[in-house]
Amino acid sequence: LSTDNITDDVWDEVEETLLLADLGTEPTMELVDNLRERVTVEGSRDSQQVKAMLHEELVKMVDPSMDRRLDASRKDGRPAVMMVVGVNGVGKTTTVGKIGRVLVAEDRHVVFGAADTFRAAAAEQLATWGARVGVDTVRSHEDGADPASVAFEAVKTGIDQEADVVIVDTAGRLQNKANLMDELGKIKRVIEKQAAVDEVLLVLDATTGQNGLAQAKVFAEVVNITGIALTKLDGTAKGGIVVAIQRELGVPVKLVGLGEGPDDLAPFNAEGFVDALLD
Amino acid sequence: MFNSLSDRLAATFKNLKGKGRLSEADIDATAREIRRALLDADVAVPVVREFIGHIKERALGEEVSQALNPGQQVVKIVNEELVAILGGETRRLNLAKNPPTVIMLVGLQGAGKTTLAGKLSKHLKEQGHTPMLVAADLQRPNAVKQLQVNGERAGVPVYAPHPGVSSEFEDPTGDPVQVARNGVAEAKAKYNDIVIVDTAGRLGMDAELMQQAANIRAAVQPDEVLFVLDAMIGQDAVATAQAFNEGVGFTGVVLSKLDGDARGGAALSVRSVTGKPVMFASTGENLADFEVFHPDRMASRILDM
Ligand SMILES: Nc1nc2c(ncn2[C@@H]2O[C@H](COP(=O)(O)OP(=O)(O)OP(=O)(O)O)[C@@H](O)[C@H]2O)c(=O)[nH]1
Ligand SMILES: Nc1nc2c(ncn2[C@@H]2O[C@H](COP(=O)(O)OP(=O)(O)OP(=O)(O)O)[C@@H](O)[C@H]2O)c(=O)[nH]1
Ligand SMILES: [K+]
Ligand SMILES: [Mg+2]
Ligand SMILES: [Mg+2]
Repeated sequence: LSTDNITDDVWDEVEETLLLADLGTEPTMELVDNLRERVTVEGSRDSQQVKAMLHEELVKMVDPSMDRRLDASRKDGRPAVMMVVGVNGVGKTTTVGKIGRVLVAEDRHVVFGAADTFRAAAAEQLATWGARVGVDTVRSHEDGADPASVAFEAVKTGIDQEADVVIVDTAGRLQNKANLMDELGKIKRVIEKQAAVDEVLLVLDATTGQNGLAQAKVFAEVVNITGIALTKLDGTAKGGIVVAIQRELGVPVKLVGLGEGPDDLAPFNAEGFVDALLD
Repeated sequence: MFNSLSDRLAATFKNLKGKGRLSEADIDATAREIRRALLDADVAVPVVREFIGHIKERALGEEVSQALNPGQQVVKIVNEELVAILGGETRRLNLAKNPPTVIMLVGLQGAGKTTLAGKLSKHLKEQGHTPMLVAADLQRPNAVKQLQVNGERAGVPVYAPHPGVSSEFEDPTGDPVQVARNGVAEAKAKYNDIVIVDTAGRLGMDAELMQQAANIRAAVQPDEVLFVLDAMIGQDAVATAQAFNEGVGFTGVVLSKLDGDARGGAALSVRSVTGKPVMFASTGENLADFEVFHPDRMASRILDM
């Protein structure tokens, strides 16, 4: 048995598929190398078999065994606290709204905290989402108020109301802005004066290329992210950068965003993700 | 190990004496390094392929084989080619002979359109123009309010007859096409010489919303349609740019969030695939963070030099 039947064109196609999905050069080369080895060892003869193997290897890389549940239940007599973080415009506020919708549908009492006091009309946007899904929003009516204070107030409200979950929306910030990242760390520390932060969701836009890994690394360092929400998967982008992120940081993708509406949120599914990636 | 392309190419050429022709193998090794650097910078795969083909041709020529330092010579060639592509035909905004000049902003969700509307209006006001903003995104929650705040900060009037989606008005009311059309009429009546139309974010594959954008364009006959693109975008840049170019048609590109540390290879992709010039760079969240696009800086950035 030989690999003669698998032409260079097949390997080029495999490589290109992975690169086009934003998987990145390193994971792509690694996958192709693994596949080549498997083909040699197992003596596969046709491109169909190679593609099936590729699917298998990718699913393995994405790791279906990771725990992807959202921590959103009361504990120690206090609400669960969730922070939503990420760079500008990725879909944080929208994702907060959608998560609120899911939790309210499960009969949970949710409070939103509008700790983006910077961007024009950010608090209004979150309050609109709150009204839409039946959640009260704690906000400051002052532009440029201290975001940590708003977050503190939101968690306090959640504790007083014996809510199940408090979700704190934060301003978009680029990971290379040290002062803004410090501010984010401070928001978390101020919240922790009252309650532990159980979940820190990094929102990542599926159109993001290789910079996504840098984003995840820095946010993980500053606020210890516990999960990723991959948004805008309803477009043509595949979001392959999350594969490298999961591998390097061990932080699972928990949710995917599939549109601008309140119901356009789904749990992450490894098989489905890989199917779409190779499609 | 080797961080920059220059370092990696220097290593590739380490065993070369700099005399005689480069072998096919030398060229291939060089091409691989360049390819890798461009892919790491998010330049789109098909664009990389074409670019590499071109570089290979030049690298086979005399200028490389006779150079004292072939690695540096190749980097120089790559850089030159990048600048040539990125910089071809840079130009200023087209202003209408009969005001108002109409500028329409389009792009994916969250790309930076509404922020850019504020920046552009501030910039143009400082040049002595009297711009007006038009709120034709009635869909994203509180987009209208966001534009109004930006207009206030820039000291520029905002035409916003409909509040769009907000907590009091959960369902969009009003027609973006009508708003855009009336906005231009309003500007004429009030002697504003530039109209900037903010539109909702949309996906390239969303046929319905793309048609809406085309309808807005047809209604206001813009002098410029600026496609706002997030510098962090990866391989999707090609599909998205093509979809917007075919669906609504744009005249120029604005690269946003260049204050980040993304390498921004999408600039090259969009330029190569659509032929439309990158005109401006958006470099921050404040309205003053806006500049003319510099092809040479972009080339160095893509190559991480
Ligand atoms: N198609 C699509 N659009 C989305 C999705 N999630 C969010 N959006 C849109 O993306 C744009 C930005 O969303 P926001 O929720 O405001 O993003 P953000 O991260 O809060 O933005 P900043 O607070 O300004 O940093 C809006 O137009 C949303 O409607 C998604 O899953 N799919
Ligand atoms: N750091 C940085 N942030 C930017 C830049 N341009 C826009 N933003 C931020 O990116 C986010 C999205 O910007 P918007 O102007 O709302 O984007 P949009 O394209 O109008 O979004 P939609 O209307 O939802 O499609 C906001 O948080 C802006 O403050 C930029 O050049 N640099
Ligand atoms: K997709
Ligand atoms: Mg937000
Ligand atoms: Mg907008």
